Amino acid sequence: MIISIASGKGGVGKTFVSTNLALSIEEENVQFLDCDVEEPNAHIFLKPQIELIEPVNVLVPEVNENKCTYCNKCSEFCAYNAILVSPKKIVIFPELCHSCGGCSLVCTVNAIKEIPFKIGNIYKGKYQNIDLIYGELDVTRPLAVPIIKEVKKRIDKEKIVIVDCPPGASCPVIESVKGSDFVILVTEPTPFGLHDLKIAVDVISGLKIPFGVIINRSDIGNKDLWDFLERKNITLLLEIPFNRRIAEFYSNGIPVISYMPNLKEKFKILFEKIKMMVKK
Amino acid sequence: MKICLTSTGNNLESFLDPRFGRCNYFVIVDTDTMNFKAIKNDASEARSGAGVKAAQFVINEGVDVLITGDIGPNAKMSFESSNIKIITGIEGSIKEIIENFKKENI
Repeated sequence: MIISIASGKGGVGKTFVSTNLALSIEEENVQFLDCDVEEPNAHIFLKPQIELIEPVNVLVPEVNENKCTYCNKCSEFCAYNAILVSPKKIVIFPELCHSCGGCSLVCTVNAIKEIPFKIGNIYKGKYQNIDLIYGELDVTRPLAVPIIKEVKKRIDKEKIVIVDCPPGASCPVIESVKGSDFVILVTEPTPFGLHDLKIAVDVISGLKIPFGVIINRSDIGNKDLWDFLERKNITLLLEIPFNRRIAEFYSNGIPVISYMPNLKEKFKILFEKIKMMVKK
Repeated sequence: MKICLTSTGNNLESFLDPRFGRCNYFVIVDTDTMNFKAIKNDASEARSGAGVKAAQFVINEGVDVLITGDIGPNAKMSFESSNIKIITGIEGSIKEIIENFKKENI
């Protein structure tokens, strides 16, 4: 079973929920994927012994200028403007390239070949009973999706897979939640929280994945969020009130459930609830 | 001499657009005849690589000089391989700028 934890708005508690959920169901065989490859941080809480680091490469064009006729076809074809053809020189912008390979197809003199370009790493490790895999994009590399794909290739379907997603509702989020059996959307009862949740709900509904909502810091803000959930008939999975102790543990990289057994119990119940919802 | 300016509008009274890759128009002027053309910048809507796309356009037009507010790193790299002279940090109306350019004030 694959459970993804996503949110529209950032900073509402995705990693808080996903790491504590993973640790609360320790008797299960859990595999944890941190797909927030722009700023992975689950490993701060699930302190893994890293066993393997693998580089992630994408393919980008390389032009043989002895063959090139500077006809401009490749530059005209590239939807992402990753190739510039100047009268006597080709300039490639690998960080703009989406690796479609189209430039090499439209080249009539076979001057373009595709070469690997490193964009980040995959880290693999273990913490207690949990297998942790996370991707990390190199600084200056803008493309998260290829790394997320690599992380997800390593899914072990025999396990309970928990996927910590990036925030937002764009391609990296869609890539992260794709193939999940259930999505937990975390939000907070503020105007921003509600605004971004609505977008996330549209995306997850569009992907036809069953989902429910966790309201974090549930005693701040206003009640518009509850009205929205009721109106849309969206399952409210859990409310977590604001608690200074949670914030203190979290900011020290300590999994909160180790010190708050009642919260651990709540996450266990949450897991059972999700199992029931997935079975339906 | 053929010069290209980034412009907010499509005539010589328009102001220089300080952006390069996402400017509204390119105004290309022949400083000898003062004939000009204004072309809508296709790159302004690009999801990414607007600077490269705009640079490709300017290179294809075969201009000698580009006058704009500022250019980004990708556009800068794009022009390094060309002989186009880049003048940045300029403000004012297209007409004024061309006159100043002709008087060699910029």
